[in-house]
Amino acid sequence: MQSLELKHRLTTRWTHWVNFPVLSLMIMSGMWIYWAYDPYRIGFGDVTLLHMFPDWFYKLSGIGKKLSFGMALHFVFAWLFAINGIVYAIYTAVSGEWRELLPDAKCFSQAIEVVKHDLGLGPLPPQGRYNAAQRITYTLIILMGFGSMITGLAIYKPIQLAGLTSLLGGYQWARFEHFWLTMGYVGFFGIHVGQVIKAGWANLRSMVCGYDLPKGAADAQ
Amino acid sequence: MLSNEQELARRTRRAFLALGGGAVAGMAGLGWLSAGPITEGDIPPNFRKVLGLNESVVRSALYSNNNLAPTFPASAIGKLKPNGEEGLEDELVAADWRLEIKPYGSAGVTQKLAIGDIKTLPLHDETIEFKCVEGWSTVTRFAGARLSDFTAKFCAGSERAVCIGMNTPDGVYYVSVDMPSALHPQTLLAWEMNGEPLTEEHGAPLRLVIPVKYGIKNIKRIGRIEYTDTRPKDYWEERGYDWYAGL
Repeated sequence: MQSLELKHRLTTRWTHWVNFPVLSLMIMSGMWIYWAYDPYRIGFGDVTLLHMFPDWFYKLSGIGKKLSFGMALHFVFAWLFAINGIVYAIYTAVSGEWRELLPDAKCFSQAIEVVKHDLGLGPLPPQGRYNAAQRITYTLIILMGFGSMITGLAIYKPIQLAGLTSLLGGYQWARFEHFWLTMGYVGFFGIHVGQVIKAGWANLRSMVCGYDLPKGAADAQ
Repeated sequence: MLSNEQELARRTRRAFLALGGGAVAGMAGLGWLSAGPITEGDIPPNFRKVLGLNESVVRSALYSNNNLAPTFPASAIGKLKPNGEEGLEDELVAADWRLEIKPYGSAGVTQKLAIGDIKTLPLHDETIEFKCVEGWSTVTRFAGARLSDFTAKFCAGSERAVCIGMNTPDGVYYVSVDMPSALHPQTLLAWEMNGEPLTEEHGAPLRLVIPVKYGIKNIKRIGRIEYTDTRPKDYWEERGYDWYAGL
């Protein structure tokens, strides 16, 4: 009998699943904070394609107007978001798992083949734990998490951390960056969930329990 | 001996139970955070406790009166929105206005100053980014006397206080601020804005300009200043905002 194949280690799984509700709460409370001053838009010059956010969005989402509670929630859960992210980053660095995650030179050309494969236009290139597109995306998401923490600190204490805030372009630029990083997560979340559904049960199960059937056995099923 | 399929099924069951346990623990944590008596418009007390922890971390690890708010050239000055009319409803009779002072440790108000008394202090001028708790900010130039100079001249010894409390003459709006922030070199009792005398909507005849705090602490039309051991009441803290509100 072959033994089961280890897909994701305990620390990776727990930090992943802790991040999901914590980041959701950070985004929701962030919405409450953003609502009080919501100047951002998608557009150019005088043309606004989409105001972030239109009135119908606030109404439809039922998000409500809660600046003070939003700030309280944000500055409580920011601790969990940061600690969880730091635990994951240290674990990945120390365990050597970063080798399977960081994209190498080949990844950028292979990522195109992965996207083609996802669109049903070709074979999947050979891969390790993560495919080329995943390596690029997941690394980017971790960097974005770091970016959220840094831009968040710059908005939170723009005078005590004035050097950091000015490095990011000033108080309003830091707020702008913090907002669009968050929109990046929302976009990632949509694609991620779509890919997980497409990949199927064994893949989701491996993110929860860590294991899958050995490669040969799974193929034989 | 278990087959691979059985072993995987066993691990899957265990992992989903653990995940469910984690979710229950998380919900319980959220319940604990949100528990306790909440006054209308305020946030739950345990959230306040964490905000208090944040405050002590910031005050011990980051805050310094050497950390100055960045200053800007005159070309960066914008049009400051006069947000908030609380405490400004009575008609201002400039000639009758007095600033009452209750120094640290005194039983009551010991002095009533006219604006001329305050203008004898050295004039300081700063062009800083005024930041509203709502998220917007406007570069504005303010001129007036340092609150630290004011304290030294009119209430010497009150620097030992823990907090400073201020309110409008009608008592409708009130703030309290920790002493280090009050004595910050950029904290002013201001009577000029963008080179003009303060207008009524911006807090004539005298307002607090405290760049190390959100706008909510920058009280307009100050009627009374007191130096205390305890934390005087704060208008926006009572309405769910963080008391410290430091930047």
